This record gives sequence, C-alpha cells and structure tokens, in this order.
Amino acid sequence: MDSCMAADLLKKTFPEAVRDIEEFRRETSITIDAGKIREVMTFLKENEKLGYDLLLDLAGVDFADRSPRFMIAYLLHSTKFNNKLRIKTTVAEGASLDTISDIWLAANWMEREVYDLLGIIFNNHPNLRRILLPEEFVGHPLRKDFPVKGPDFDQPLHVCLEEER
Amino acid sequence: MGVENTAAASLQEVINWARKNSVWPVTFGLACCALEMMVASSSTYDIARFGAEVFRPSPRQADLMIVAGTVTRKMAPMLKRIYEQMPEPKWVIAYGACACSGGIFQTYNVVQGVDQIIPVDVYVPGCPPRPEGLLKGIITLQEKIAAEPAGQRNLVSLPWGNNG
Repeated sequence: MDSCMAADLLKKTFPEAVRDIEEFRRETSITIDAGKIREVMTFLKENEKLGYDLLLDLAGVDFADRSPRFMIAYLLHSTKFNNKLRIKTTVAEGASLDTISDIWLAANWMEREVYDLLGIIFNNHPNLRRILLPEEFVGHPLRKDFPVKGPDFDQPLHVCLEEER
Repeated sequence: MGVENTAAASLQEVINWARKNSVWPVTFGLACCALEMMVASSSTYDIARFGAEVFRPSPRQADLMIVAGTVTRKMAPMLKRIYEQMPEPKWVIAYGACACSGGIFQTYNVVQGVDQIIPVDVYVPGCPPRPEGLLKGIITLQEKIAAEPAGQRNLVSLPWGNNG
C-alpha cells in the first residue's frame, strides 16, 4: 500500500471533494474541499486498506494575498503500513472549519493553537480557547497583517492582578 | 539636628548594615540567565561571600528578586504576584538584557523590560551577563542599601500594619 492508493481510493469514494493531488519526491498531498473534511478524515482513519490512525501534525498557513486566504495542513501517519499522507484544505477569512478533534484527540490542542495564532474557528470544538497567548490578548499574531512588535509595542504595560480588580 | 535625629540616623546605619549583608534572593529563574545565576552560587563564584546564597523557594522569606531572563506577557502577572508576596523591605535586580529592556525580543509577547511591571533597583546588562556581573550587581545593591536614609522605608513591616 502506498500514498497513491489513498489518493485513488479518495478519488473513487469522494469524487466531488478531491480538488487536487500533488506528488513530490514520493510525498503525496491531497487538497480536500473544506466542507467534506470530517467524512474524508473518518474514511482515512477507518478504512482497513489505509489505516491512518495517527495525526502527526495540524498546521495553519496564512497566504495573505491568496483567496481563500488560509490553508490547513494535516499530516497523517499509518502505523500499520508505515506510511505518511498530507491532507490540505483551504479556509477563507471569516469562514470556519469543522473540528476533527473527536476523530483524533491529538487535534484538540493543535486546533486551539491554529485558532490562537491565526483566528480560524473550528466548529464543535469542545474547548476552543487560546492555548499559547494570555486569554486577554487581542488579535492573532501569526497573520501576515499583524505587526511583529504588536500594535501597542511602545505603550506601557499594565498588569492587573485578579485580587487588585 | 537633635539627639533623637542623630540616634535615629545611627540606628538606620546599623539596620542598613544588617540588611545589606543578608540579602536573600527568591528563587526566580526565567530563561538562560538563570543558569548564570545558578553558577554564581557555585563554589567558583560563591555568592555566599555577600550573604546572598540562600535562594528561598518562598517569596515570603526573601528580600531580593533577581529577574533572570525573558519576561513574557503571560508570565507578567505571576511575576508581579511573587513580587507583591515578598515582605518589605524588598529589592529587585533586573539581570540580563531581556529583563532590562526586552533584549533581542522586540515582539508582541515579551515585556519590554521588567521595570514596566515592578520597580527595579539595579540593572545588570549582558546576554547573558557573567556571574561576576551578578556579583557586581549585588555589591551595587549593597552600596545602595547602605546609603538608604532614615525614613525611606519602614524599619519593620508587620502584617497588622503597626510599622516602626
């Protein structure tokens, strides 16, 4: 079994959801329609010939000048066949994406990280809060239009403890 | 200047002498500067020569906070809380470029100098400063404590407010 088999099976099962299949140095990337992400992920995990039982990584990318603006990349691994697969999907600014944190529990914190740094909303996520930045932080700093120094870089910092409020 | 004033000034000198020779730091290391701070208490540098070798795990027993390392925005409330928990009299050394001014991290998630949150007595620049830098910082702080005039701080600090 190889990644191409996953591509073939996906194309056969979800002909309307598969947007693009790339092959580069024996790595396969499949672009999926964002609305079908849950069906596709469940299929990839539970199909006996594929068995992608491990979510290695989930990352968001901001392309700023592209439309749709954001891309989410899922890196899957099959411990059964020792095989990796990259699934991509695109999200427009202001749009949201279904969570896959009930399919792979590992996605819980990764989706929170993507939400924290890029501001992409994951529907039905059990606990969609900021994970790296303080909760009162305003903005999503990994967006290309966020200034690296922050919007209030040269302003004095006010730290107010809970007991002082 | 009356007799009382002279006596008060002499008493202040004695108190300052006692304070400056046992400055107990609170254990508070944030980043790589903390490693240099730890080395300063090793036998090679021997911070005990200045009476500051007792790193207290509890801020209630400490006089000095050595802010050793990068202060992130998320850490800022904890840092302020630990400082508030220290009893008077208390002093602060900003140890390293990050604690002094944010250092190389001119970003949204790093506090641009710990003096934005708490008052700082001595700044020790460097990235990281050598342990000798910390020793020099403590000596400078001792000189500062020794020169404190009467009335600048309460002589004793009591929880029920009856300060001397």
